[in-house]
Amino acid sequence: MTGEQLFLQQLLNGLTIGAVYALIALGYTMVYGIIQLVNFAHGEIFMIGAYFGLSLFACFAAQAGAAISIGVLALGLIVAAAGSALLGFCIDRSAYRPLRKAPKLSALITAIGVSFVLQNTVMLIYGAQDRYVPSLAAAGSMDWMGVHWTAMQGLIFAVSLFLMIGLQWVVYRTPLGRSMRAVAQDPLAAQLMGISVDRVIAITFLIGSGLAGVGGVLFGVYYSTINFHDGYLTGLKAFTAAVLGGIGNIPGAMVGGLLLGLLEGLGAGYLSSQWKNVIAFGVLVLVLLIRPRGLLGERVGDRA
Amino acid sequence: MKKQRRDWMPWTFLILAVLPFFPFNSYQIDVMANAALYALLALGLNVIVGFAGLLHLGYAAFFAIGAYACAFLNLNLGYPFWICLPVSAAVAGAAAVLLGLPVIRVRGDYLAIVTLGFGEIVRIVVTNLEPWTGGPNGLMGIGHPMIGRFNFGVDSRPYYWLLTALLALTAWICSRLRRSRIGLAWAAMKEDELAAGCLGMDTTRLKLMALGVGGAVAGMAGSVFAAKQGTVTPDSFDFIVSVMILSMVILGGLGSVRGAIVGAVILSITPELLREFAVYRMLIFGLLMIVLMRVRPQGLFGASSLKRVLHAR
Repeated sequence: MTGEQLFLQQLLNGLTIGAVYALIALGYTMVYGIIQLVNFAHGEIFMIGAYFGLSLFACFAAQAGAAISIGVLALGLIVAAAGSALLGFCIDRSAYRPLRKAPKLSALITAIGVSFVLQNTVMLIYGAQDRYVPSLAAAGSMDWMGVHWTAMQGLIFAVSLFLMIGLQWVVYRTPLGRSMRAVAQDPLAAQLMGISVDRVIAITFLIGSGLAGVGGVLFGVYYSTINFHDGYLTGLKAFTAAVLGGIGNIPGAMVGGLLLGLLEGLGAGYLSSQWKNVIAFGVLVLVLLIRPRGLLGERVGDRA
Repeated sequence: MKKQRRDWMPWTFLILAVLPFFPFNSYQIDVMANAALYALLALGLNVIVGFAGLLHLGYAAFFAIGAYACAFLNLNLGYPFWICLPVSAAVAGAAAVLLGLPVIRVRGDYLAIVTLGFGEIVRIVVTNLEPWTGGPNGLMGIGHPMIGRFNFGVDSRPYYWLLTALLALTAWICSRLRRSRIGLAWAAMKEDELAAGCLGMDTTRLKLMALGVGGAVAGMAGSVFAAKQGTVTPDSFDFIVSVMILSMVILGGLGSVRGAIVGAVILSITPELLREFAVYRMLIFGLLMIVLMRVRPQGLFGASSLKRVLHAR
C-alpha cells in the first residue's frame, strides 16, 4: 500500500466512524443548547441502541452468527431509534425534569448516576462479555482509487447524511424547530409566547436519543461487536465532537463529529492505535483552550 | 456554639485510633484502612470541589501520579517510603497546578469535562509509557514503610494508623483552611466568581491553590496506597475512582470536612457489606446518586452556602 493509499484509506475509515460520532454529538448538542446540561447518560443511550438492534437481529437470524439482510437492518435501525427515543424521554421525565430549577451540579451528578444505572442494567441483562453483532449479508466491497470501500461504510454515510439533513430541515424549516430554537434562546420568553417548554425539551430528548440509537446500531454492525462499556468512551468522544463544533450548534456537531473521526483515523494510521484515545481528549482540551466556543459556535462558552 | 462545632475532631480520631485494638479480623481492618484512604482522598477533593467550587472529574489522576511517583522513587532511586511520601505529595500537587493552568479559564460543566479528559489522558499515558510505568502490568515490589527496624509488611493495621494520622492532620488543616482568609475567598469565589473578582480577589491564583492542595493530598494518599499494596497498576485509577470520590464528597455535603469523611466511610464500607449483591453494586450506587440529588442535594452535612460557612466561624 502506497503512502497515498494509506492516507486515503485512513481518511475513509476515520470519516465513517466520524459520521457515527456526529449522530451521537447531535443529541449532546441539542440537549445542551436547550437546557445547558451535559447529558452524561447519552453515551449509554447510544450503547443501548446497539443492544436493541442486537436483540432484534437475534429474532431474525436463522442461526447464531448468521448475517442479516438489508431489510432486517433497516427494521433494526427503526426499532433502535424508537426504543432509544423512548428511553431518552423517560430518563428526562423521571430524572432530569424534577431538577430543572436545581443547581447545575445536581443535574450533572444525576446524569452520571443514570449512566451507571443504564450501564449496569445492560450488563445484568446481556452479560459483561463482548456480544457479537451479525454483519450485513451480501455486503459487497470495492476497490476504487486504491481504497477499499465496504457497503457498510456507504450505508453509514447514507443513513447519517439522510438523518442530518432531515434534522436540519426540522430545526430550521418547521414550527417545531422554531419553538426549539426559541426555547434555546430564552426559555422564559418562549413560554410567554405560548410555547410549552417542557414539551419542547421532551421532544428534544426524543430526537437526540433516537439519533444516538441509530448510531448505536450502525456502530455495532460496523465493528461487529458491542459491549456495555462502549457507550462511555464513544459518548465522551461524541461530546468532544460537539464541543469541537461549538456546543449548542447543530451543524457544528456534524462538522465536529466528522473532523474528530478524521483526526482519529489519521492518528491511528500514522501514530499508533494505542494513542488513539488520547487524540480525542487532546483535541477536547485544545479546543477549550484556544477556541472555547468551538469551530462554528457563536457564544462564549463560560455560561455555567 | 463555636466550641461544639469544633469538638468532634479530637474525640473522633481518638476513637478511630483505638479501633484496631478491638477484636476485628484482618479483613475488617483492611476495609477500615481502605475507608481511611478514601476519606483522605475525599478530603482532598473537597478542597477543590467543596471549598473552591471547581467541579473536578479527573481526581484519580493525581492519586495515580502520587502512587507512581512513590513507586518510581522507591524502585529506581531506592528512596525509603518516608521520603517518597512528601515528594509524591509535592509531585502530585505540582501536577495538579500544571494541569490546572491551561484549563482554569473554563468553567462549570466545561471544566468537569476537561478535567475528565485530563484524567483519562493521564491514565492512557501511564498505560502506554511501558519503560517507566510497566505498562498495563504496572510496577511491582515497592518497599513497605519501615520505622527503625519495624517493617509495616502486609498487615493492614500499621497502615490504618498511618492513614488515620494523615487523615487527622489533613482534616485539621482543612478545617483551619476553610476559616482562613483563603478559605473565605474560596467560598466567595464559589458563590459568585465575577463578584469575587471585582472585589480584587485573584481568582486564578485561588483556583490553582485549591488544585495544589487537593492534588498534594491525593499524592499523599497515592504513595501510601502504593506502599501498602506493593504494586501499582493503571486500572486502580479508572474514571470510576474519580466518580466514587466525588460521590463521597457530595454525599457528605460539599465543603464539609466532617461530611467528606463520613461520606467516604459510608461509600467505602457499603460495597463490602453488599458483597453478596456484587453485580448489583454499581446499579444500587447509581440509583443512590439519583435519589440523593433528588431528596437532599446539599448532602448529609451540607454547608454549601456562604452564609453557613460564615456562621461556622
